[in-house]
Amino acid sequence: MTDTTIDRDKLRDIYTRTMRVARADEKFRSLLMTGKLAVIYYTVRGQELVSAAAMAALEPSDYLVTTYRGQHDQIAKGVPLNPLFAEIAGKAGGTCRGKGGSMHITHPETGVMVTTGVVGSGLPIANGLALASQNRGDGKVTMVCFGDGATNIGAFHEAMNMAQLWKLPVIFLCQNNRYGEHTAFADHTKVDSIVTRAKAYGMAGVHVDGNDAIAMYNTTKAAVDRARAGEGPTLIEAMCYRMLGHFFGADFSYMPPEHLAEMAAQDPLPRLRQLMLDHQFTEAELDVIVADLDAQMDAAAEYAANSPLPGPEEIRKDVFEEEIAA
Amino acid sequence: MSAQITMTQAINRAIDEAMAEDEGVILLGEDVAAKQGGGVFKISAGLTEKYGESRVRATPISEQAIVGACVGAALAGFRPIAEIMLMNFVTVAMDQIVNHAAKLRFMSGGQTHVPMVIRTTTGVGVGFGGQHSDMLEAWFAHVAGLKIVTPSNAADAQGLMRAAIACNDPVIFIENILCYGLKSDDPGPNHFVPLGKASIAREGSDCTIVTYGRTVLDALEIAGKLADEGISVEVIDLRTIAPYDEATVTVSVEKTGRAIVLHEAVKQYGTGAEIASRLNERLFGKLKAPVARIGGAFSAVPMANALEQAWIPNKDAIADAVRAAVNWKG
Repeated sequence: MTDTTIDRDKLRDIYTRTMRVARADEKFRSLLMTGKLAVIYYTVRGQELVSAAAMAALEPSDYLVTTYRGQHDQIAKGVPLNPLFAEIAGKAGGTCRGKGGSMHITHPETGVMVTTGVVGSGLPIANGLALASQNRGDGKVTMVCFGDGATNIGAFHEAMNMAQLWKLPVIFLCQNNRYGEHTAFADHTKVDSIVTRAKAYGMAGVHVDGNDAIAMYNTTKAAVDRARAGEGPTLIEAMCYRMLGHFFGADFSYMPPEHLAEMAAQDPLPRLRQLMLDHQFTEAELDVIVADLDAQMDAAAEYAANSPLPGPEEIRKDVFEEEIAA
Repeated sequence: MSAQITMTQAINRAIDEAMAEDEGVILLGEDVAAKQGGGVFKISAGLTEKYGESRVRATPISEQAIVGACVGAALAGFRPIAEIMLMNFVTVAMDQIVNHAAKLRFMSGGQTHVPMVIRTTTGVGVGFGGQHSDMLEAWFAHVAGLKIVTPSNAADAQGLMRAAIACNDPVIFIENILCYGLKSDDPGPNHFVPLGKASIAREGSDCTIVTYGRTVLDALEIAGKLADEGISVEVIDLRTIAPYDEATVTVSVEKTGRAIVLHEAVKQYGTGAEIASRLNERLFGKLKAPVARIGGAFSAVPMANALEQAWIPNKDAIADAVRAAVNWKG
């Protein structure tokens, strides 16, 4: 039975991570709206809390693999904002010196090992990171995040089977935002929920309301504890919403009005705010957290704006260990 | 006579030595563990007994998961070896190889890298037909970030495998089924052959045959026969197909003035096109004849042996190409 209580410090941690994701997303959208940035951008509005609660259950040294729609995962895991902003802006001061961009954010110091632009491809790689931990006995777990749309590609099935076969310390976090690109869940999958698929691999599976901070954290923590104890992988299906379409500026008129209304009613941000107040955090306390984050966002945007462009010599670097000839 | 070693024994020894030296060297693949007989071609025989099932992992038939797991383990600092039973099966793992193994070092700005080896085998002449025989090295050579290696003899197989495992970038290591039984003088333990360095398998002065893998044997045979006709052929065994040893090739062809690029893979859009093109760029005006290419026919590899022999680069055709180059009048 999953615990229904939470430590107050942990709740503050989840709130801070959630708002770090939310304020960064807000900042990016404002930079795009005002023409200060012109890049492909996948807004994570609506999925802030899922990541924040999940990452709060990991240790900083645990591994994370995510996708090109994974900015919430990266920020919640702890990727520092300055190089993250610069990378998305394509600057030399970025995490990947401008060579990866938003779709390939990598930051091993905070455990963010791979961000893939190919749906489903992170799962087999997560197994390998977990396999290394299993052989080394280093106690690390690996979390891999993906959407409901990734569960119909072969890599998902191959990876789930292998992970359970070898009892790898990996957590498969399916953030079911009910759309795979522009296709609604019911139009791409015949089962009612992804978690039913865990059974097909003999794997533990849990279905959770991803916008319920306490349930999301405790569910993830239980899966992390199992993995760390050598009891094998878990598939978590966290229900959430993608509130602003597939990418920034994309038309999402294909979403029916009743779905839009349901999304608005389930917005995780006001819901979390209320939960904080219910746990005797004051409005003033929460406002200070957000104001501090906004100052960090301003500083990160400035850092990115002032960071130089990468030079053409970068094309010859990192193809192989040794630089290739011009 | 000095002690001999087969290519199978040589590759097994190289992996064994690397596993003994570094716990991060692990082997993943279908049927590779002791319980399954140590691999379809017995390359991993005896390794489970020495290193255990956590390091010699027999996998489900899941090539994406095999290569993906090796990518992940490599990111964590291991030096995994993936066995893809036959080269055609790489097709179902292309995303992991091309989008991930090859590119993660670059896309991460050098923060991560993928030191892994993908061992695979193939070969025309054993009647395996259209989906078990292809040489697909050109596909990988077209992708920045992959190194491609193939040995033509047992000693090189051992040394190249050690170097491939030690390499900090992903290496596709192509074996040929018909070469497993080839014997070399035993090179002894801890034998390394550097990647990116071709060998001159036979010296000559009239024409250079640039080749790799099994067709090195054909080239050497032809070179021997043509010597009787007074034609002196130099044979270059590239050993590393990409990035290849352009300096050695250029120096040789500058000397002979003539070149044939020979490979078992289909000729069209093959690696021979790249090598011929670069020779043209470097040596235009110094060449005494156009660079010729010889490769497999433009069809699926047929099953019937009569058709296989018609498909594969023919020794007479290789000899004729050399004669044509030497007699070229412009």
